[in-house]
Amino acid sequence: MKIISFRKAMRSVLFSYLLILVVLPISAVYVRGFSLGWEPFWKEVSGVIAWKAILLTLKLSILATFIQAVIGTFIAFVLVRYRFLGNRLLNSMVDLPFSLPTAVSGLMLLSLLGPQSPIGNWLGSIGINLLYNQAAIMIGMVFITFPFVIRTVQPMFEQLDPFEEQASYTLGAGKVFTFFNILLPSVFPSIIAGSMLAFSRALSEFGAISLISGNLPGKTQVASVFIYGEIQNYNTQGAAAVSIILITISLFALCLVNFFQKRRRTKI
Amino acid sequence: MKKLSIAGTVLIFVLILILPFSSIVFSAFQSGIDPFFEAIKRPETIHALSVSLIIVIIVVFLNGIIGILLSMEIVRGGWRSKWLRPLINIIVDLPFSVSPVIGGLMIILLFGPNTLMGLFFENAGVKIVFALPGMVMATVFVTFPLMIREIVPVLAKLGITSEEASVTLGAGPLYTFFQVTWPSIRWAVYYGLVLSIARSVGEFGAVLVVSGNIINQTQTATTLVYQDSIDNNIVAANSVALLLGLFSVTVLLILEWMKKRKEDRYHAH
Repeated sequence: MKIISFRKAMRSVLFSYLLILVVLPISAVYVRGFSLGWEPFWKEVSGVIAWKAILLTLKLSILATFIQAVIGTFIAFVLVRYRFLGNRLLNSMVDLPFSLPTAVSGLMLLSLLGPQSPIGNWLGSIGINLLYNQAAIMIGMVFITFPFVIRTVQPMFEQLDPFEEQASYTLGAGKVFTFFNILLPSVFPSIIAGSMLAFSRALSEFGAISLISGNLPGKTQVASVFIYGEIQNYNTQGAAAVSIILITISLFALCLVNFFQKRRRTKI
Repeated sequence: MKKLSIAGTVLIFVLILILPFSSIVFSAFQSGIDPFFEAIKRPETIHALSVSLIIVIIVVFLNGIIGILLSMEIVRGGWRSKWLRPLINIIVDLPFSVSPVIGGLMIILLFGPNTLMGLFFENAGVKIVFALPGMVMATVFVTFPLMIREIVPVLAKLGITSEEASVTLGAGPLYTFFQVTWPSIRWAVYYGLVLSIARSVGEFGAVLVVSGNIINQTQTATTLVYQDSIDNNIVAANSVALLLGLFSVTVLLILEWMKKRKEDRYHAH
């Protein structure tokens, strides 16, 4: 009896912790965003600068996610299938963008692409500028989201049944044909799941991008940087309104991940 | 085909990971070794590092205890209603999908100077926003899923047979936990702790918003890097960044080593 009541007490404490830590803060954003009703919310979101920031973030995140889906799948395949010198080293380097502080990642790209570095200098001399424009934001997003697709697709390639592939070769199919028709379809759900994780990360990234994007309102300002600016200007209503849009989109992406991973589990 | 693929992979790694990382090493030492050490020895650097350290210690302590208890509750708790467990799962995952800046905004909305709770704590003499408590809360918000996501799968895989055996043989709950459960989840807990340490040190967006980035007061290592790079203090920014970067690489190596230990344990069962 004593143990049961202890467990109940413990459970209540833990749930209140969750409630205070996660549920309450997130609802605070929604409450603040809609505190004056639907119309002021809409006015904040549809303001030219806010709207452009949201659209820009969405556009570049989708693009970065697409790049990531392609190179992530490719790298996962190479790392799983081919044994070569440095394979282990590359494999452990994949998580670097995840463990690096985002401000450090931003500074890295800033120093790399800036005019002081040999590479930035060389790029500048042939007329390519990769700093303070949309290309810079893309590079930041690709850097930040690097591990996600690789880490979700890799285990799938490892678990693949070799028989289907061998059957395909025996029937005379080439390597490329087999890759696209046998291997790719079976890892496809995990590519989508990884891409959605990458997408939601790219959407919410702040540290790395704020240093390299230049933050020109309406041109190179992403949504999270816009939110930061609104907080600095004490316009929490506007910050909350744009936050609601971002949270809702990435919640949707997260639900999609759950859906695809569940389907994968039931398939196995 | 094979050679081409490998070459392509190595090229991508060089372009995306190795070049950027080497650029901070290059920039930190561009005017010699002395400016690097001078940048590290500045009082604001030392203060920022110690603030980061304090936050990490509190956050890791909180995450460790709550993480283990909550994971046990998620896996083992007898759930009366079916919808509660998925709901808890979604709640635990939520911080992953929320931008760190929004994480900071939440705390300002709840505990800011013009809010009910903010005023309450202000009267009680506790400052939350633009002070350590708010920064700890922001970091906890961002890092607490890491621990749970590591422990839950291991606990679920473990089953409760050996624990039941321990209880039937007359062991108390605490004894059972430390003698039966703990050895099995130990590596998952360590792994989650190291991840939490890395993320707490690296947390930037949420802390920047909540702390106000006040020099020598609430400035952390990452917000100092940000401030230095905005002030165009390139060498100093890169020196502190290099320190943080080396820390991340160390964490990565530790995680790699732990992964192997963790897998060994799986196979041992």
